[in-house]
Amino acid sequence: MKKVLFAMALALAQTAWADGGMDILKSQCSSCHNLTGPAPQTLKELWARKGPDLFYAGNKYRKEWLVQWLQNPTRIRPAGEFYEDHIKPGEKHDEIDPATLKPHVSLSKDDAQAVADALMTLKPKSDLIAKEKIEEGTISKSMGEMVFDKFLGCMACHRIEPDYGGLSGPELYTAGDRLQPEYIASYIRSPQAWDPKIWMPNKHVSDMNIQKLVHYLEALSQENKNGK
Amino acid sequence: MGNKLIFLTLLALSLPALAKEAARDNYRTYCVQCHGMAGNGKGVNIRDMSVQPRDHTDAKAMSARSDDTLFKVIKEGGLSIDKSVLMPPWGDTLSDDEIRDMAQYLRTLCKCKFGGN
Ligand code: HEC
Ligand code: HEC
Ligand code: HEC
Repeated sequence: MKKVLFAMALALAQTAWADGGMDILKSQCSSCHNLTGPAPQTLKELWARKGPDLFYAGNKYRKEWLVQWLQNPTRIRPAGEFYEDHIKPGEKHDEIDPATLKPHVSLSKDDAQAVADALMTLKPKSDLIAKEKIEEGTISKSMGEMVFDKFLGCMACHRIEPDYGGLSGPELYTAGDRLQPEYIASYIRSPQAWDPKIWMPNKHVSDMNIQKLVHYLEALSQENKNGK
Repeated sequence: MGNKLIFLTLLALSLPALAKEAARDNYRTYCVQCHGMAGNGKGVNIRDMSVQPRDHTDAKAMSARSDDTLFKVIKEGGLSIDKSVLMPPWGDTLSDDEIRDMAQYLRTLCKCKFGGN
């Protein structure tokens, strides 16, 4: 009986926690992040977006990562959001214009925890996640790179090392740390199913290569963490 | 009255899910990242790319491509015309109509047409 009461109290406390997180999200974050959906349906809406959509956060992020990052945010998209607002013509090619990129707000540990709890309750598009089955497996780094760079050309927009790869998409050497594996798989299968106007193309990656890419990105994050 | 309603319903049903966008706006959003703000192949992404994006202002190279080839390479990507995988397929991003407009937009960048400068 005591145990039941305790469990009930804990559940209530957790809901209150998430409620507090939702209040923070609504008051401090909703000016830049969409918390309710839908994703932009026109280019005008896409260009006006000030930060990544968070309305399906519960199906996208790893909670431990959210808690850490919100306390100590680092840049994920080298060219920010929307990329074209943060580039300028350069000597050899277009360059990022660092003056246009601002640091992200950070939260206290308690607030980060509460916000992460609240974000993890946002779960639209669960049907897309349910379609992905990640098999156990490993892939050598060189094979992974071969698939990512040579066969599929993903390096054109993504960095797989802090100083190698394109700049218009998020860095991916931390993707395994940030993102749920099913989300990685589903996003590669169809970026447009998540975000119809996004500037990542659907490259029609085969099931087999999607599995390989998930294993590769997870290994890459592991290595990146160990290296630090 | 009844007919009009049916017509309007049919029209609404047959419309694509997303409204058509202008080619210039699509170019800014999807092509500039590699082909550059000036369309000259010097995008923000190119430093580490093993094959460099086409300079869309190069009248000589661009006039060697028919409108059909341009349509195909934009829709299905570089591999479909034996070119680099680094040129992505845009068939899931742009409608056929938007791709046709894009091919015409490229003609304004190169100030050229197929077969002659
Ligand atoms: C001034 C606009 C702005 C405000 C306010 C803001 N953010 Fe952000 N947020 C951004 C931008 C821009 C990024 C992308 C950063 C990057 O990729 O480097 C981002 C990224 C994020 C990410 C990572 C998303 C991803 O998919 O990579 C999370 C999580 C996040 N913000 C949460 C929050 C929370 C929680 C708050 C409120 C406490 C907040 N943000 C307030 C602009 C903002
Ligand atoms: C033309 C540029 C481009 C290419 C090519 C590209 N991507 Fe992306 N990618 C993006 C953009 C833009 C996003 C979304 C960023 C956002 O949500 O703000 C993205 C998002 C992702 C994400 C989710 C990352 C996150 O932090 O939300 C993964 C995983 C991913 N891409 C993998 C791939 C893989 C694998 C390939 C090759 C098959 C690929 N990408 C090719 C531009 C690209
Ligand atoms: C991820 C980088 C990237 C993006 C984004 C990109 N391209 Fe390309 N594109 C390339 C590369 C690389 C080539 C050169 C391919 C080769 O020569 O093998 C190319 C070549 C081309 C060619 C010439 C093909 C030929 O040889 O006749 C056309 C036309 C073209 N791109 C149009 C577009 C359009 C339109 C868009 C936007 C909808 C676009 N590209 C977006 C990388 C990109």
